[in-house]
Amino acid sequence: MVSPMLPDFKSTHFELFGLPERFELDGAQLDAAYRHLQVQVHPDKFAHLPESEQRVSMQWSTRVNEAYQALKTPLNRAIYLLTLHGINALAPENTQLSMTFLMQQIEWREGIQSAQNAGDLPALQTIERELNQAEKMTVARLAEEMDGGKQWSVAAQTVRQLKFINKIHEEIDDSYAALDM
Amino acid sequence: MALLQISEPGLSTAPHQHRLAVGIDLGTTNSLVASVRNGVAMVLNDPDGRALLPSVVRYQTNIAPVVGHAAQHMQSRDPFNTIVSAKRFMGRALADIPDAASYPYHFVDAPSMVQWRTVAGMKNAVEVSAEILSVLRIRAEHTLGGALMGAVITVPAYFDDAQRQATKDAAQLAGINVLRLLNEPTAAAIAYGLDNAAEGVYAVYDLGGGTFDLSILRLSQGVFEVLSTNGDSALGGDDFDQRLFCWILEQAHFPDLTPEDNRLLLTHARVAKEALTERPEVSITAVLASGLTIDMVLTAEKFNELTAALVNKTLQPVRKALRDARLNVEDIRGVVMVGGATRMPCIQAAVAALFGQTPLTNLDPDKVVALGAAMQANVLAGNRQDEEDWLLLDVTPLSLGIETMGGLVEKIIPRNTTLPVARAQEFTTHKDGQTAMSIHVLQGERELVTDCRSLARFELRGIPPMVAGAARIRVSLQVDADGLLSVAAQEMQSGVQAAVTVKPTYGLGEEDIAKMLQAGNTFAREDMGARALQEVRVDAERLIDATQTALEEDGTRLLSSDDYANILAAVQILSEVLLSTDHLAIKAATEKLNQATTEFAARRMDTHVRQALAGQNLDEISSKFG
Repeated sequence: MVSPMLPDFKSTHFELFGLPERFELDGAQLDAAYRHLQVQVHPDKFAHLPESEQRVSMQWSTRVNEAYQALKTPLNRAIYLLTLHGINALAPENTQLSMTFLMQQIEWREGIQSAQNAGDLPALQTIERELNQAEKMTVARLAEEMDGGKQWSVAAQTVRQLKFINKIHEEIDDSYAALDM
Repeated sequence: MALLQISEPGLSTAPHQHRLAVGIDLGTTNSLVASVRNGVAMVLNDPDGRALLPSVVRYQTNIAPVVGHAAQHMQSRDPFNTIVSAKRFMGRALADIPDAASYPYHFVDAPSMVQWRTVAGMKNAVEVSAEILSVLRIRAEHTLGGALMGAVITVPAYFDDAQRQATKDAAQLAGINVLRLLNEPTAAAIAYGLDNAAEGVYAVYDLGGGTFDLSILRLSQGVFEVLSTNGDSALGGDDFDQRLFCWILEQAHFPDLTPEDNRLLLTHARVAKEALTERPEVSITAVLASGLTIDMVLTAEKFNELTAALVNKTLQPVRKALRDARLNVEDIRGVVMVGGATRMPCIQAAVAALFGQTPLTNLDPDKVVALGAAMQANVLAGNRQDEEDWLLLDVTPLSLGIETMGGLVEKIIPRNTTLPVARAQEFTTHKDGQTAMSIHVLQGERELVTDCRSLARFELRGIPPMVAGAARIRVSLQVDADGLLSVAAQEMQSGVQAAVTVKPTYGLGEEDIAKMLQAGNTFAREDMGARALQEVRVDAERLIDATQTALEEDGTRLLSSDDYANILAAVQILSEVLLSTDHLAIKAATEKLNQATTEFAARRMDTHVRQALAGQNLDEISSKFG
């Protein structure tokens, strides 16, 4: 049964895991807190108990998974942190990207396409390395903008770039899959 | 006030009583049942000492179907009425079976699931599976000496929603309470991980009779976390037999084989394949219905050549799963081999080459899934103490989404999302004044609706007329710990709300199940009334037990005296009704008590979580779990 009425979870995802509210975080600490919480609330722990307890466990476990997903990757974490500051980074009106970045992403996309068409695995790997590098730099910039300067609207721009980089990464995955026939 | 204690002979309600629970591996070729006894998981054998029950059911006129070895012996002589590999047809229509023509069956298509015409009437894969499950349930009840509280039934990780629902329906038909559907590679990982105290990232390569799964898991301090899973729910050892069968036909140039011949040669193909795991070559000899004989030699080299494409077909999902987990082969600490088909040397060689390490084969690949399922069943039944517990975190294998304009799929829950999960997304109307919306739920990775599997279709009506794009329809998808989906939709903009919850179209309805139960199926052969009564009694007793414990622990702390009294009253009523033999009244009183404790359960959990976090210094958590 879908229960649209989830329990009233007032705490933020950061509070749920007992973590400071910032972009840079200790991944191992997040993982540990996540596992620790799931051990408490997961439906498998309640399978032998009454329905009412199973239902609550399902809602809590879902909530813990949602929070973990929101904090696990830099992109999701940045998006979530911005919503806590009242900014919807991915809103349709927030779509402007710098010309330089647009040119760069067109170049990547064309590169991926032609590498796939030519069955050129090394070319694909080169683009993937570039992309990983760009991702790393963008994440570092986000840390500065968010944790250092609290420049939320500037960070919103950077988040959109990271989103694009992620998308292009997915395209690379698809190309690898297409070549693996 | 003291609560009434209820107990019946043989049905003690002692809180720490060992509850009988089993793990069942419902396989394409063979099925097994296992249970944890005295702390050790073991496979339960039949009276002849055999662990494997061939997943074969032979239907006959006017007598009960035969299941297992006896049915298997008859498969060449009675191919139309002897159903093998029914698992391949779970939740599938005829159009979903690409090689249907090569099976010696009388298929009849039906909207939800393909059927077979047998001398005992029309049968589908759910009914065939229920026969197999029934035999295993009875075997377990005889061996363990009592009625089962429930079972964990394993399914291929790559099974979609329809196939999972069909498996659950089969269990219900066999009179089994399903504690959980568990993914086969995950079950294997439990058995392997607990046996070897393994830590790190492992891959499970599971090639069964008809399905292939590859899962990547992180094992850390008793938490089994599935990072990604991939596979092919229509690829298995059967396909190797089929390939060999085709080769035999090509070599022999025999026209007009009878269905009996087909089944005979398929059996010979399987025997030859199995023999090749230990010998460099085998001879295949058979006498056909026409009296013609087949006599040929098959070398391992030839076999490898014939099946190379199939072996390679299993390697693509491996690479995809690795990419999804963002891992390289060097990150994999060990590769656990599961499923009888992994005995083939060509498979072991291919896996070793891909991962750059010898795969782990120290657990019997036929039994490891059932053993893991038994361990999980023991935990779910509440038989273990918290300190020695472990936890499984599994994922949804396929993306779930909604059809949007232009026949495109908008993904709402991506593949490899940890369960349980609930996600919602808002959609809007396409036309001015649109008052209804058709919502189509799909499962799969492709962008086009036509390339994905349709799970459910329903209409949301009563949307107030507005200009196009003004309405806000929130569609929520929820996948529970069994990997089963439910869907709801709601119009948010207006005061008017409408919500629909649907069950996937491929599952059988409650009515279908009831009909099958009445149609003289397995379960109905026993006294259904007595069983129903026993089931509700066990449920009620469990609920009273748990409520009592909860009240003792938290009652005075978390409940007002009124609420406390209300719950107590509901317990009292249920305890009294329990003395009667009216199973409907017991069910109703159980439901009442369940409702009365809903708010209490929520408060308890809230407190529980807060305590868990408050007491924990995070560095401590890191060192303990990191």
